[in-house]
Amino acid sequence: MTTPTGPAAPREIDWIKLSPWIYTIALFVIWEVVVRILGVPPYVLPTPTAILLAAIEFWEAIWKNGLQTLMTTLAGFALAVVGGLAIGLLVGWSRAIYAGLYPLMIGFNSVPKVAVVPILVLWFGIGTVPAIITAFLISFFPVVVNVATGLATIEPEMEDVLKALGAKKLDIMLKVGIPRALPYFFGSLKVAITLAFVGSVIAETVAANSGVGHMMLTAQSNFQVPLVFAGLFVLAIEGIVAYALMAWVEKRMTGWAHRSGFAQ
Amino acid sequence: MSVPVILDDVTHRYGGAGGTIALEGCSLSVRSGEFAAVVGPSGCGKSTLMKLATGLQFPFQGTVTVAGNRVTKPVTMAGMAFQNPTMLPWRTTLDNVMLPLEIAQPHRSRLRKHRAEYVEKAELLLETVGLKGFGSKFPWQLSGGMQQRASLCRALIHEPDLLMLDEPFGALDAFTREELWCVIRDLHAARGFTVILVTHDLREAVFLADRIFVMSARPGRILAERTVDFPRPRDLEINYTQAFQDVVHELRGHIREARAAA
Repeated sequence: MTTPTGPAAPREIDWIKLSPWIYTIALFVIWEVVVRILGVPPYVLPTPTAILLAAIEFWEAIWKNGLQTLMTTLAGFALAVVGGLAIGLLVGWSRAIYAGLYPLMIGFNSVPKVAVVPILVLWFGIGTVPAIITAFLISFFPVVVNVATGLATIEPEMEDVLKALGAKKLDIMLKVGIPRALPYFFGSLKVAITLAFVGSVIAETVAANSGVGHMMLTAQSNFQVPLVFAGLFVLAIEGIVAYALMAWVEKRMTGWAHRSGFAQ
Repeated sequence: MSVPVILDDVTHRYGGAGGTIALEGCSLSVRSGEFAAVVGPSGCGKSTLMKLATGLQFPFQGTVTVAGNRVTKPVTMAGMAFQNPTMLPWRTTLDNVMLPLEIAQPHRSRLRKHRAEYVEKAELLLETVGLKGFGSKFPWQLSGGMQQRASLCRALIHEPDLLMLDEPFGALDAFTREELWCVIRDLHAARGFTVILVTHDLREAVFLADRIFVMSARPGRILAERTVDFPRPRDLEINYTQAFQDVVHELRGHIREARAAA
């Protein structure tokens, strides 16, 4: 006769929670193994361990420049949020303003921002200011588009109900338009924050005395390839943290729009 | 309080001179406190009629008169409800119901100081339509029928003299629909406002209305007018009487003609 084995079934492993870690670790392990097996020279592609060692060795430079890039990005992002919100509300307010500004903004957004940096340097000199402005320029567009979309999707019936009560345009905007646009707005912040990093690093690479972009450029000219990669990692980590923060803010502010997992 | 609504030889078109004509030579007159229903084939301009009567749009030709005044701006004494309940998902049901108070005068100026009084009123109204205790729920936590009840409350909270209903029960199941017929019947009896109900459900029109206007296909005008004189209060049972069936049948005939002519 066999006795029943163990008390209860073993606890289920939450693969969804674990998988980001598993995938990330797997990527680095494969990377390390492939580079070692193929004998790729470190000036082409360093191993993750070499990158980690470089990061430890140049810890001070990485800390200082990483902080600089973070501050630049956040400043540009803050400007983009304020400016994007304002322009988005303006564009959503009237069809005439929408029609007038839209082609201009699309044209503006199509210009590669790296081409704008020399002009900014001409105006503001080499340093932090062009980087902040580049971060702003590259990240404000998604905010505008999303806020305007949110305002454009007011149900006509809702508008009729309020208008029939004597509501002014501002009333409809405050009671319906802006709350309705908020999920779009907070959603756009996730896109905008990552773009802001792109913008500030572009400017730092072209014209700056500090920041991760500048550090990578210097390391590259000194053939310190592991340090170049360490710079990339700093950017990736800052990007992930900022994105997660925005995602959290989005969830906190507009729970009603994400009700699938919210309602009991 | 209630108000008469008169449309006199109204023609309305969308999109300028070459646009679609929605109404042409449409005349109808709804008496103060009357429950009027407008029926017609789909796309006949029933909703245009609603917009003209509430001053959301102005006729291309002819005049619209509400409460003795020619309509030149939105008629603020109107409450509206549509097929889609259009509740705002970020507000609780109670806050949705109270939305008109934040817009319409004189409530708008009084709301802050007399909030408790208004909340009490809104809760009473929710109770009347069978939503007692649901005020703190969000609209998406309610069923479609419950949302539609809340939408009726929103249309009535500012005590309008004129209630405009655009197929408000169209998306509901048969039982809920009949329940809401009784709710609106009782509210009309208690408050005596004027009602214009746009619907494609003939039984609904006959059960609720004092008078039914049949519209032609687009461009819409009034083809026939039928007074329904079943005594009030009406019980749902009258749905199954021969007299009721006869009226429905007669209206069906009009609609068939209107569709054939189109």
